Amino acid sequence: MLFTSYSFIGFVLVLSFLYYLVPGKHQWKLLLLGSWLFYLFSGPWNILYILTTSLTVWAGALRIEKGYGEKKARIKELKKADLPADEKKAAVKAYKQKQEKDLRRLFTLVLVFNLLILAVVKYSNFFISNINGLLGEGRQLSLLSLALPMGISFYTLQAIGYLIDVYRETIPAEKNFFRFSLFISFFPLVIQGPICRFEEATEGRLFAENPFSWKNVSFGLERILWGFFKKLVIADRISAAVNTVIGDTSTYRGAYILFLMLMYTIELYADFTGGIDITIGVAEMLGITLPENFKRPYFSQSLKEYWRRWHISMCSWFRTYLFYPVSTSGPIMKLTKACRARFGKNRGRKIPMYVSSFVVWFATGIWHGASWNFIVWGLLNWAVLMISEELEPLYARFHERFPWAEGRGYQVFAMVRTFLLICFMNLFDCYARIGDILSLLGSVFTAGNYGAFFGGGVMELGLTGLDFVIIGLGLAVLLGVSIYEETKGSVREMIASRPYLVRTLVWTGLFTLVLLVGAYGAGYDASQFIYNRF
Amino acid sequence: MEELLEILEDLHPEVDFETTENLITDGVLDSLDIVTLVSEISENFDIAVSAKYITPANFNSAKAIWNMIETIQNEG
Repeated sequence: MLFTSYSFIGFVLVLSFLYYLVPGKHQWKLLLLGSWLFYLFSGPWNILYILTTSLTVWAGALRIEKGYGEKKARIKELKKADLPADEKKAAVKAYKQKQEKDLRRLFTLVLVFNLLILAVVKYSNFFISNINGLLGEGRQLSLLSLALPMGISFYTLQAIGYLIDVYRETIPAEKNFFRFSLFISFFPLVIQGPICRFEEATEGRLFAENPFSWKNVSFGLERILWGFFKKLVIADRISAAVNTVIGDTSTYRGAYILFLMLMYTIELYADFTGGIDITIGVAEMLGITLPENFKRPYFSQSLKEYWRRWHISMCSWFRTYLFYPVSTSGPIMKLTKACRARFGKNRGRKIPMYVSSFVVWFATGIWHGASWNFIVWGLLNWAVLMISEELEPLYARFHERFPWAEGRGYQVFAMVRTFLLICFMNLFDCYARIGDILSLLGSVFTAGNYGAFFGGGVMELGLTGLDFVIIGLGLAVLLGVSIYEETKGSVREMIASRPYLVRTLVWTGLFTLVLLVGAYGAGYDASQFIYNRF
Repeated sequence: MEELLEILEDLHPEVDFETTENLITDGVLDSLDIVTLVSEISENFDIAVSAKYITPANFNSAKAIWNMIETIQNEG
């Protein structure tokens, strides 16, 4: 069920109506039923995957917590035992080690089992294709026909994050399976995040009694409308041209590739942030607060800043559950010691950090998709970030020498530079074959078709002049709102503080705009969200 | 505490770590700084800072970092 379909709108309206009708203590149960029903729409068997992950992680976490309880009680007993001090100490140590080993084994089992589910359904064919590449013709293995369960990349990370938190004893395990199942399968966020932590869901009132509030409902509807505006007016309209260019690598080269990089980067932003606006808006209508996933990323002045503003929940997940554990692991700490001894303090502490970052960016790349273009995309990000880190002292000297570089003009230059870098890297999202990408990049310098492109070629990509005008106006509105939020604060709060007539005009205007110029009707299909396929 | 402040000042000489309270929430320390800091703390205080201690609350100020070091030392 697409977020932009009439059936989804109907589903949300009926569920919201029932949600405020049932007694508060049953609201979360209704959400669970709704979420399971929503999931069933994606295919009757898919729900088995999400239920398996929910059940194994829930039971595993509960057993781990019980194990910690037993450990504390037994150690207390041993400390009270009538034994000589040395024997007592040895008994406590031996028990502690055994119990910790058992718990680590259980934790690893649950973790690996769930990662294996993801690996089998998402990466089997990637693995087989690579083996086939090595085997040569005539000895090819058959590809598997496995459907990717909806949101598996997102809910698996969310479940694993919870498991690690319980294992680290930073949160208590959830006793009620159905509550935990709601956390994993809550319908607005199961498709494309944001990837929540359990305490964020609890503090965001996922399980709480949420009485009807007009402010929640109206703010939620406004946020949904804003998401539809981004998705239907901007992203889906642009996607017609983007898909035309991507679909024909022999015709669309040179200037078309520059056009593609720019348009795809805009489409990706409008599509993904629009989807998250709808997610957060639906939850807000129900009185539930989900964490924000974006902070105007295209205003970033460096790639490092961009990754603090784009897909915040995914970055936070990889930082907390992969980068820090890898960086503080035994082998990396040993490498740090060896590097410090060999290369000195400053250089020595950086090398292991770059190794850990490599692991994380490789994982981030392959998480986005089971093909080499995503891995190269991840490693490109890694390379640029590490080169920037190395050049940091040079930047510092530059800014010291040229104080004007702190001014607004330079900031805008840095934003444009970062945006263009992101446009370039996003090309690796568009094509699966690295050979195609390199050849198309080369064509930017060799095709020499700029004249033909601006002389009419741009109008042959499936968009009319009116489409370009609508996209331009849509982007102007988006930019205006973003600048306001970057410099002053929430646009919705600002509109809410205006007189009733102004508020009504603004939201009715936006609603009419989405209805009139949303990319649907003849020639358009509301497309799947780009991040759904990850 | 003096030793910790020296490590922090070596990392970011421009920051007054004795008074700054929101090192993580204000973005003074990023993930690469934290990993560098963890390796320095491990080396200088001879403790193992595992990933479970790397939380915003534990790294938001010099005092919080010091408290974390003491906790790990007491656990050992």
